[in-house]
Order: sequence, then C-alpha cells, then structure tokens
Amino acid sequence: MQTYWTNLTPQHRRSWLLVVVYVALLLAISWLDFGYNTAGQTVFRGILLGMLVFLVASGLSLIFGLLDVLNFAQGAFLLIGAYVGYDIYHSLDASVEVRFLAAIGGGVLLVAAIGAVMEAGLIRPLYERPIFQIVLTFGLAAIFLDFVERIYGRNPKQPLSPPPLLNEKFTLFQQSLSVYRLFIIGLGLAMMIGVYILLNRTRIGIIIRAGVQDPEMVQALGINVRRVFTLVFILGSALAALGGIALVPYQGATLEMGNQFLILAIVVVVIGGMGSYEGTAVASIVVGLTRAVAEQLSLEHFDAPVLAETSILLLMIAVLLVQPSGLFGRGE
Amino acid sequence: MSATPTPAHILEVRGIHTFIGEFHILEGVTVEVPPGSITVLLGRNGAGKTTTLRSIIGLAPPRAGEIAFKGVPIHGLRAHKIAQMGIGYVPEKRIIFRDLTVGENLLIAERDKGDLERKADFIFGLFPDLKRLYHLPGGHLSGGQQQMLAIARALVADNSLLLIDEPSEGLAPVLIEHMMEAIRQLSASTTVLLVEQNFQVASQLAERYVIIEEGISVHSGLMADLVQDKALITTYLGVA
Repeated sequence: MQTYWTNLTPQHRRSWLLVVVYVALLLAISWLDFGYNTAGQTVFRGILLGMLVFLVASGLSLIFGLLDVLNFAQGAFLLIGAYVGYDIYHSLDASVEVRFLAAIGGGVLLVAAIGAVMEAGLIRPLYERPIFQIVLTFGLAAIFLDFVERIYGRNPKQPLSPPPLLNEKFTLFQQSLSVYRLFIIGLGLAMMIGVYILLNRTRIGIIIRAGVQDPEMVQALGINVRRVFTLVFILGSALAALGGIALVPYQGATLEMGNQFLILAIVVVVIGGMGSYEGTAVASIVVGLTRAVAEQLSLEHFDAPVLAETSILLLMIAVLLVQPSGLFGRGE
Repeated sequence: MSATPTPAHILEVRGIHTFIGEFHILEGVTVEVPPGSITVLLGRNGAGKTTTLRSIIGLAPPRAGEIAFKGVPIHGLRAHKIAQMGIGYVPEKRIIFRDLTVGENLLIAERDKGDLERKADFIFGLFPDLKRLYHLPGGHLSGGQQQMLAIARALVADNSLLLIDEPSEGLAPVLIEHMMEAIRQLSASTTVLLVEQNFQVASQLAERYVIIEEGISVHSGLMADLVQDKALITTYLGVA
C-alpha cells in the first residue's frame, strides 16, 4: 500500500484525496439529511449502479486507452447481451440454474464474437482515421439497435427469475432486498479485481498497459500489437454483454438500456481519465453514489427527477474544471 | 551443393525512399553495417537519420529501396516481425513506458520466457542503478536513468543488431561518459547502428560512419579517416 502511494504522481494523489473527501461528503449529507436507514439504502443503491456502470465503462475505457477508439457500440453490446441472454434463458428446457448460466455464457460469447469480427473486419482498416471510427461505431450502434428491435420487438422484457438462491430476500437498513443485488455487486467487484489482476500481474496485462502509452514502441519490441488490440476489444465487448445480462433479472430489458448506460459509461470514463482503468473503477462508484444521493435528494426535497440526471453531468464538469485530464488521466 | 555465403554486412540498406505523410523524407539512403561494429549515422537536424532507423525497424516503412538483415530482405515486413528477427530499437527522447515499473519495462521486452533472468547479470552489471530502481515507475526516473532503461530494454532479448537513436541527447557530461562506456561494452557482443548528433561522442564510439544530408546518404567510411577530414566535417556537420 505504501509502495502504491509513493509510486503515484502528485496529480493522482490529489485525485485520491478529492475522491475520499467527496465520498465522505456524500455519506455525511445522506446520513444527516435522510437518516441512518435511508442513507444506507441510498449508498447500497449507488454502489449497485456503480458496479453495473463499471461493466460497460471498463470495456469502453480499455478499448479507448489502447486503441484510441471511442466505441459508441459499447451500449449496443450491453443491449445485445441482455436480449440474447433473455432469449437463451426462455428457450432452454432446463433448470433455472442451467438456464441462467447458459444465458450468461451464451450472451457473453456471442457479443465477444461480434466484437472480434467488428475489430478485425471494420475498425482495423480505420486505425489511422479516428473520425471514420467514430462514425463507424455510431452507425453500428444504430444498426445493432435496429436489429434487436426487429428480432425482439419494441415491448420491454420483464425481469427474469434468477436461480432460487439468488432470489432469496435479506434485510438491509430495514429494507427487504433480493440477494441478486448482492450478486451484481459481487460480479462487478470480481470483474474489477479480475481485470486489475490481468492488467497488473500478467504479461498480456503489461503489454496492454504499455500499448496504452505507446503501441508503436510495443510493436518495435517484437510484439504483435494488432492481436492485443483484438483481444482487448473482445474483452471490452464481453464485459458490456455481461453487464447487460446481469441487468435483466434486476430491471428487465428495454431498447433504451444500451444508450442509457453508454451515456453513464462515457461520463465515468471522462471523469476517471480517458484510458485509465483505475480511474474508471473509482469513477464508476463515485458516479453511482452521486446519482443515488441526487435521486434521493430530489425525491425528498425538490420533486425534480431531472436533478438525478444532471447531477453526474455537473460532477463531470466540476472534475474537468479541477483536473482537465480527469481524475487519473495522464497529464499531457 | 554449396553453402549459402555469409553476408559481409549484418545490415544492408540500399537506396531507400521513405515518406512521412506526403513528405518525401529519405530520397536515397544507403547504409552498410559490418557485423561486430559500431556504425554511426551523422548529419544535421532533420537530415533523415531518425527516419532511417525507423525505416529499418519497420515503423516508417520505405516505399522504395531494399533493406536486408543477415542477407534476408526485411523491407515490407511489419515492425514486430523485424524485431523478432533480432533487431533491438532504442528510440530517441528515451521513450520508455512511464506507467510501468522498471521491472515491467524490462519484462515486456522478453521474447522467450526467462530472457530477463538470463541477462540480468549483464544488464544490471552495465546499469547497476536499474536494479535498485526495479520497482519504481519509469516516469519517476531521471533523464539519464530513463536512457539507461531504454537501452537495457533492448538488451533483454537476444538481439544481434541494436539501433540506438541519440543516446547522449539531453544528458549531463558525466552521464554521457557512462552511456558511452555502456555502449562500448555491449558492442562486444552486439552490432550497433547509432544516430548521434554530438560529434565528439560519435567519433569516440564508432568505427564507421555514414553522413546523411537532406535525406540522401552522401559519404561513408571509417571514422578514423573522417576525424582527419576537417573540410568534410565542416561541410556536412557544421562542426569545426
């Protein structure tokens, strides 16, 4: 821990302090204004949202960091994951546990395959043309959305039942909650730690981190960077799909969910610092908490749901004013 | 059946033309590097020395001309393929991975598992500071230490040719001495092609030279002859 702190740049140390002070402030406001139990429920909701956003944003951040591609189709990957997972779950004749696992596996694998084909076939020829890439991913997002609408229709899909073990109830801060919410938090946390270990403890992770800084130099060391690009794109797509499937038992599936989470994810990536995995992880939690507290504030005092929507945009503006490269972005 | 003759030069660059965007940077550069030597590319700023190294390693592929490494054509190959054949590249401005630790900067250069472990004594013998700084991020190193790391990184894999761009740039005189000594030592086992703006350094290190003027190689030969030729030095290098 001491090594981690001493190895941080002064800017990143300041960012950590800002985050700690800001989160402490949110917690204090919640406790003083909402009371102990409502504050606890609000914080729990915020962490849950943060973990879901993280699954989409981490892929976006990894892809942007290494490939310099702002993948607007990341929301569509979440959407496809959710609908395909929903479809697999309902089309199998097996136990709930098997259907649930098959939904996760099938949705993630399909989206990972789409990501691989998209990177190798469409994005790779456009690496020297960033504007074309933006237009391409934007266009693909629209096509994917249209595709899902044509196959599954406009009507929202009802939340599906998770395995009985995850459907049990527990009481937290005097509120009865489904264990599934804990599962989502655990899943987000597992992915957060898993990707952190991948990036920091494995050779491929070292290559990815080096590639984020200077892909040309990585190539000059004898490493096939394009292959690493494809791998990261697959990983980013799969994480978004996982987020989509995880959402279905919680809130069902709607055609709008992809874009809703894409906007949240972009805000998270900008706040965390473009391309910084650490920043994305921290910013996901901060954005989730901010939104949950703003929602509760608007509910209790202002009767203005728009406050929740604008709160994270205001947070983004404030962060960029203090640190233009985001909390954990590179200075240059 | 006769055996394939060993080429006289480990690296042969023949009349390459390289463009950066629409700019025609190299308009006919020829460089021959004998094995086991230190050869230096000389020339004024913007003459095309760095682009020549980048063309060899494949980061700025030439549109015309030929490059052969150990007799095998390498022009047109992608950079990672060229590097895998045994060419190490130390870019100018000591580009290291700033967010990676010193250890990670070295580990990433492994081509076979255990390369760093096998070379550790040699590398840390040349640059003892790097052992002490092993767990520190590259961005925390001083300019001289970053330069050492950039060179050390190219030594991890079994490279038979090192392309080193401006190793003395921006270094204090005492560090330049250290760097020169390190390059001399490593040249005992590896051929070196160097770009060096500082003629004093270049003349003390290299046995051979190639002068590049406005993208064209105009002179080459033994460094011992060049240091005697004040007129040539003044004309092309602007050094009295």
